[in-house]
Order: sequence, then C-alpha cells, then structure tokens
Amino acid sequence: MKRISIDPITRLEGHGRIEIFLDDAGEVANVYFQVPELRGFEQFCVGRLAEDMPAITGRICGVCPEAHMMASVKALDNLFGVTPPPAARKIRELLYSAFYVTDHTTHFYALAGPDFVMGPDAPVAERNVLGVLAKVGRDVGGQVLQARARNHQVIKMLGGREVQPTGAVPGGWSKSISAAERQEIEGIAHKNVQFALFSLELFNDIVLKNPAYREMIFSSAYRHETYYMGTVDGANRANFYDGQIRVVGPDGSETLKYPAAEYRQHIAERVEPWTYLKFPYLKKIGWKGFTDGPDSGVYCATPLSRLNVSDSLATPLAQREFEKFYAAFGCKTTGGRRQPVHHRLATHWARLIELLYAAERMLELVRDEQITSPQVRVIPSGKINPAGGVGSVEAPRGTLTHHYMADERGVMTKVNLIVGTTNNHAPIAMSLKRAAQSLIRKGQAISEGLLNRIEMAFRLYDPCLSCATHAVGRMPLVVTVRDARGAVVQCLQQPAGETPALQDAGETPALQDAGGTPALHAGETPALQNAGGTPAVQRGRQP
Amino acid sequence: MQKKSRIAIYWAASCGGCEIAFVNLHEKLFDVAEHFELVFCPALVDTKTKDVQGLPDKVLDVTLFNGAIRTSENEEMAHLMRRKSKVLVAYGACASLGGIPALSNLHRKSDHFRAAFVDNLTVDNPQAVCPRTETVMPEGVLRLPEFYARVKTLSEVVDVDYVLPGCPPEPHQIWNVVEALIKGSALPPKGSVLGAGRSNVCAECERKRHEDRKLGALRRTYEIIPDVENCLLEQGLLCMGIATRDGCGALCPKVNAPCLGCYGPPEGVRDQAGSMASALGGLLDIEPLKQLPEEKIPEHVDEGLKALPDCAGTFLKFSVAGSALQARRDAR
Repeated sequence: MKRISIDPITRLEGHGRIEIFLDDAGEVANVYFQVPELRGFEQFCVGRLAEDMPAITGRICGVCPEAHMMASVKALDNLFGVTPPPAARKIRELLYSAFYVTDHTTHFYALAGPDFVMGPDAPVAERNVLGVLAKVGRDVGGQVLQARARNHQVIKMLGGREVQPTGAVPGGWSKSISAAERQEIEGIAHKNVQFALFSLELFNDIVLKNPAYREMIFSSAYRHETYYMGTVDGANRANFYDGQIRVVGPDGSETLKYPAAEYRQHIAERVEPWTYLKFPYLKKIGWKGFTDGPDSGVYCATPLSRLNVSDSLATPLAQREFEKFYAAFGCKTTGGRRQPVHHRLATHWARLIELLYAAERMLELVRDEQITSPQVRVIPSGKINPAGGVGSVEAPRGTLTHHYMADERGVMTKVNLIVGTTNNHAPIAMSLKRAAQSLIRKGQAISEGLLNRIEMAFRLYDPCLSCATHAVGRMPLVVTVRDARGAVVQCLQQPAGETPALQDAGETPALQDAGGTPALHAGETPALQNAGGTPAVQRGRQP
Repeated sequence: MQKKSRIAIYWAASCGGCEIAFVNLHEKLFDVAEHFELVFCPALVDTKTKDVQGLPDKVLDVTLFNGAIRTSENEEMAHLMRRKSKVLVAYGACASLGGIPALSNLHRKSDHFRAAFVDNLTVDNPQAVCPRTETVMPEGVLRLPEFYARVKTLSEVVDVDYVLPGCPPEPHQIWNVVEALIKGSALPPKGSVLGAGRSNVCAECERKRHEDRKLGALRRTYEIIPDVENCLLEQGLLCMGIATRDGCGALCPKVNAPCLGCYGPPEGVRDQAGSMASALGGLLDIEPLKQLPEEKIPEHVDEGLKALPDCAGTFLKFSVAGSALQARRDAR
C-alpha cells in the first residue's frame, strides 16, 4: 500500500488534508478527506447570553459571518417567540443578498476562475488569480475588486462593519435605513445586476464554448447521483433567507419538505474517529457509507443543489438562465419534476446564476417602500421558549442550521449547529475518491495537471474562501508517496513559480525515487505513538 | 525595481475573517502586490508547510499570524513561523488574546468532545466514537493533531514582536501598518500595539456622555430600543467601549449596537474584566443603596446583577486566554 498525502490543502476555508492510498497494483484503494481542526462552539456557547450568539457564532467563519449571524438571529426570534417587523426582515435579507454577491463573485474569479480561464494544465505560475487578471485585463480585474468593495460597503452601512458585522437582535435589526442610504444601495444593486450578467457571459465565452471544458464538465470523473437539499419559498423557488427545506432524490422527485424547526426528524450525523468533522445524512434513507445513489442517505447542499430543488427562480433574468442551464444538460421532466443535474463541475455555473438571482433580489428589496420604515424592532416578552429555537438560512455553501436552548434567564444551555460545509463533507470525500480513481492510473506518471484536476473535485464545493482576489505567488503542490509506515517512496512537486527562494531552499527535489522498496530508517520509531503518552490507537469504523 | 518584501499570513485556530479584512484593502491590494511577495498564506496561495520548512530561517520580513493556539498543529506552526520570520505579529484578537475560541477555556476539554460528538441533538453515535490522534484504517494510519486542554495566545508559545488587535482588525488600520512597512518607517519598540489607539473606544464614539452620569439598572440588548444619540452604557446596556482599546472608529455603536470589546483592553490595562468591573463600580448609582439597612444591601446588589448572568463571557468575550481569570485558573 502506497500513500499520497496532500497536507495542508490550500485555498480552502480552514484546515484540510487528503490521504490517497494506492494498492500494490498502483490503483487507488481509498481516499480520506480529513479535517484536523475543532474549535468547540457547541460546548463553549453554553453559559453565554443568548443575545450574544449572532456575534459569537459569526466567528465560526469570517468568510461567511453573515450566514451564521442570520441563522443565529432567526433561532433567537424563535427562542424568544418574537416576530420581527417587515422592515427588519427585509433589511436582513438585503444585507444577506449583498453578502451573496461578494461571496459568489470572489469564488468564481479567484478560486474557480484560474482552472477555467487559464486552464487546468496551464503553467502553475499563471494558473492563479494574477494570471486571470492578466488574461482578462486590469479592467475586468478592477470590476471584480469594485464588486467586492461596494457590497462590503452595504454590509458596513447596515451592520456597522465590513467583516463580522453587528446589528442582529432577536425581534429585528438594530438600525433602520434612511432614504439616502436606500438610494445609494439601489445604485449598487443596479451595478450588481450588470456585473452578474457580464460574469455569465464570460462563463459562456470561456468555459461553455470550449470543447475541452465541456468534456470535463460532462465527464463521469466529476459526477455523483445523490440527494439534494435547499431552501425554497411557497412556490418552490430557491430563497437564501427563509422558506422550507426541500430534498429531492437522484431522479428529481421530492423526497422531503419540512420547516427547518423539524430538522432533527430528517437529519442525523455520523462520527468517524479519523476526522474532527461530522458526516450528516438523511435519516429516512440511512448511512450506507461513502456511496451515492437512491439507497444512500448522502446528500449535497450547494448552489447546484439549490437549483436542483427549485421548480423555478423568483427573479426574471435568473429564471432565464435557469432554463438555459437545464436545457444545456438535456434534463427531462418525469413525474412532474425535472431531472437534476448531477455533474458537479456545473456547480460553478449554478453559482453564477445564483449571483444574478442575489443581485436581482437585492434590487427588489431595496425598491420596497417598506424597507425604510423606522419600525425595525419588536421587544420580546423575555419569556424563553422551553422547546428552544431553530434558525436556518442557505449559506453560500449549503443549508445552515442553528438550534439553541436556554434557561429562563436567557443563558444558553444547549447548542447544535449543522454548518453548510458539513452537509457536503461526505460528497467532497466521495468526489475526491472518484476523481483520484478516474485520473490516477497504474504505471502512469502523476503529472502536475493531473493533481490539479483532483483538486478541482473539492474546489467546486468550496465557495467560502472568497479572499484570493488579488493574491501573489505560485501554486505548488507537493505529493509525497509513502509506504504504510510513512517512509517516502516518491516525492513529486509542482514546478516552482514566482518564488525562487522557496525553490532554492526546497528540501526535496522533484521526483525523487527511493528505489521502490521502502524500509524503516534506523532509529525511526514505528508509527503508532501518541504524543499524549497514552496509547490512542483505535480501529476505524467500518461503514 | 526594488526587491519586494516577503510577507506571510498564517491562520491557526481562526475563522478566516483576518484574511478577509486583509483582502478588504480593496483597490489598495494593487499597492500591496507592488511591494510585497505573499510567500505563504493558506487562505490565498497554495504554498505548503513543507515549502516553508525548507526556507532559510528569518527569510520572511513579516508574518501576520492570526488565530489562537488550539491544537498541537497550531503550536508547531507558531514555532515554524517564528523561526522563519524577522518580525512576527500577533494579528487579530485570537492570536493576541485568545479571541472567541478561548471562551472554550471556561469549559473542560472532555466536555467539548461530548457536546460535539456524543451528547448532541443530531449525532447517531451509540458507541460514543470520538476523533483520536491516531486511527488504524485498513489502508494505513490516519493522524489528527491533539486538541489541547486549553486555548493559548500566540505569545504564550513563541516570542511575539507586535500586536495588531481587533476581531478582525479594521482594514484602514491594517493599511496604516502596511503603508508604514512600504515606506520603510522605523519600527516602534518591540511589544508595541500597532494599528490601534492608546485610549478606549469612548474616545472615538460620537454618542453624548454626561458629566454627572449614573447608571441605573443594567439592561439586556433585547430588552430596550436605545436612543441613537446618547451613550449606550448610560442607557443601561453593557457596552464594552469603556474597557476596550480604541482604533476601530466606534463602529458598532454607530449602528445602535454595543461595543463587544474585540480590540482588547486599553493601553496599560492587562485585564478587560477588571477594567469593566471597576468602570461599572464607578458608574452604578449607589444612592438607592444608602437608604437600605446594611443587611439588605447584598440582596439588592444580587438583584441588580441578575441582568449580568455571564460576567466572564461578557467582559472577556475576546480575551479569556490573556486574562487575570486565566492566570488564576492556571495557578490552581
């Protein structure tokens, strides 16, 4: 058994690691996606003031604090049994739409963009956001930065700060919107719609018109037939802020539809000893391991999922793109529901359709007369709902659920969180395995481009690291092939880009071959040793 | 062209907000790119730990280290970045004071695992399986970093040159620091706080304060709609501004929300809770107490403190790890 470690994965939100095992024939035996990090919010939120939860849980993710803040304050509305006034509800969704525009924009241009604009096999030194900027021109690059800047300005206007905003209170929002602010935001929303249309056109020109990319998108290496989850309004149209949770099966038929408060009847989570992140699945179907199909409870909650659960989209321009999207994949309607798109790389396209929807929705909300009402808060009675409160929104990377319980003083006693990323934990692991199995062939050299194509299998799920807008540097990836005891069999490094210092001092030259028969180095201790002193070896669970 | 300075931005136990705050330099990123080479930053570029390990010591001009020390991996990375950097900055609340993750220090380590993996509303785990540092799978051993008993600040594990506070630091303050580096300004004395003021948030707050102010009853934020002109603390809300370093521009009070204290204690103050408690002591109106018989006073005070059921989490929301409370716990 040989082992390929990719550690750490970069351009991911947080810390991640991939372990690929090759059998003696050189074929991929298994792939593990590990999350080596735990901060413990579900415990340390206990004992805190309920009203502090939006601020505290915002710090789960500094890339999408707005999502946690909204799920949190909706959970508080229910915990305190209070309904916010219409203006407050609209202000929340307005801020949330501005956030969606910034988040989807930066993911497409900075993270996904390089693979398509430059190409998966482009020289490493060019296959990054700088390469993209050089290729599309400083004009387009400037537009991307301006799109981020103007929407962060909206977030600051409504929530005080660009990152980790404030303002969410049970029963409403801390400030109202002035007429001048409304006018300014309307102008920004207009620009957003134009920018989203421009981005879709760019995607069409660069990706869809390129036969090589079409082939990748339609390839089985990036395809999984799972269940899909998303939030929909009363007409089964995607909504990011509120609605019912809808789940459709691999054939597109509706499997579940429920209010977020009932999530526990439908979702369970599995724990594996080799990662700090849990694996949610549909209770009704059950956990059958890392496998897809209608008999596996694995589901996916992404921009692609949200389109798959929607019958249509609520805004006109986005609806037009939605129809084009399903026509492109030839999805037929059976039993009254359209077949889902299972091709995971299409998530990038779906994300841009959502960008357009968010921009149009923002415009709709800011034009609503009610949004400047000074009535933005309702004071709750102070009585705590003993059943607790659940709040849910669609975070950019999936359905986000906060569930709180508190004592009569409004002090937290129990917290449960099912976070966007977590929904997709099993699908990401499966996609990495399928991509590795499809792309790594025995006897075939592991090229840099091939490694990047494996990386593309998780990158499509990862909209959260929206920060690489103007990064400098190369994109090295070191793959070390080891035997099961950890001895290096082969070390492969991508060609160095713009940082010669790293190249000069690199401790392992590319393609070093230890001769194929790994042996324990003298003095090296066998693997199973725990830093904590106690033997901590435990057999992994079998699916 | 002048040689670019080498910069790294690393995250330990953090949320990524410090990186986003950096990217929110917006158009100024063009200037950053002109003067700096971003050598290592898992959030933004794909350099691996192994590449950094291979660099000569002190090759990085500046490292902005964000995030707290939660796991063994976080600590190993802190040592690595210290070794490779000429200047190491504790960047943001988590690195400098523990931040939100250090609220975990008010709990036991085992309780975190129980809450996340066993005694949890959705987990299906009858065998109480918890993540382990090593797990034997059919294909080989999988390892995870150790989850420490408590969260530490960066300066508890390595020597730190400067602190840049905030959760996250405000982009205009990050720019002040970056601009100084671009201009090659002389570095301030080691241990200085960069990108912030030396007073408290009240010094920047536009709300009206009154000379003879007295604080009556304390209020929870959901209980009242504060007026937009007057000091939030005077209105009974626990605004932390009086015990928090200035530099942000008093942004939260501007949208009618109290300061949460994310910039940490003001210059010369070690403990934010002590600072806040003494501020409240000076402001609380004791006139009603004077009318009471002595034995009734504790009862009355207790009644007043009911509005404050989580002193540690309120006063030390971002600074448990660097607090006097932490020092006392450790001493025990």
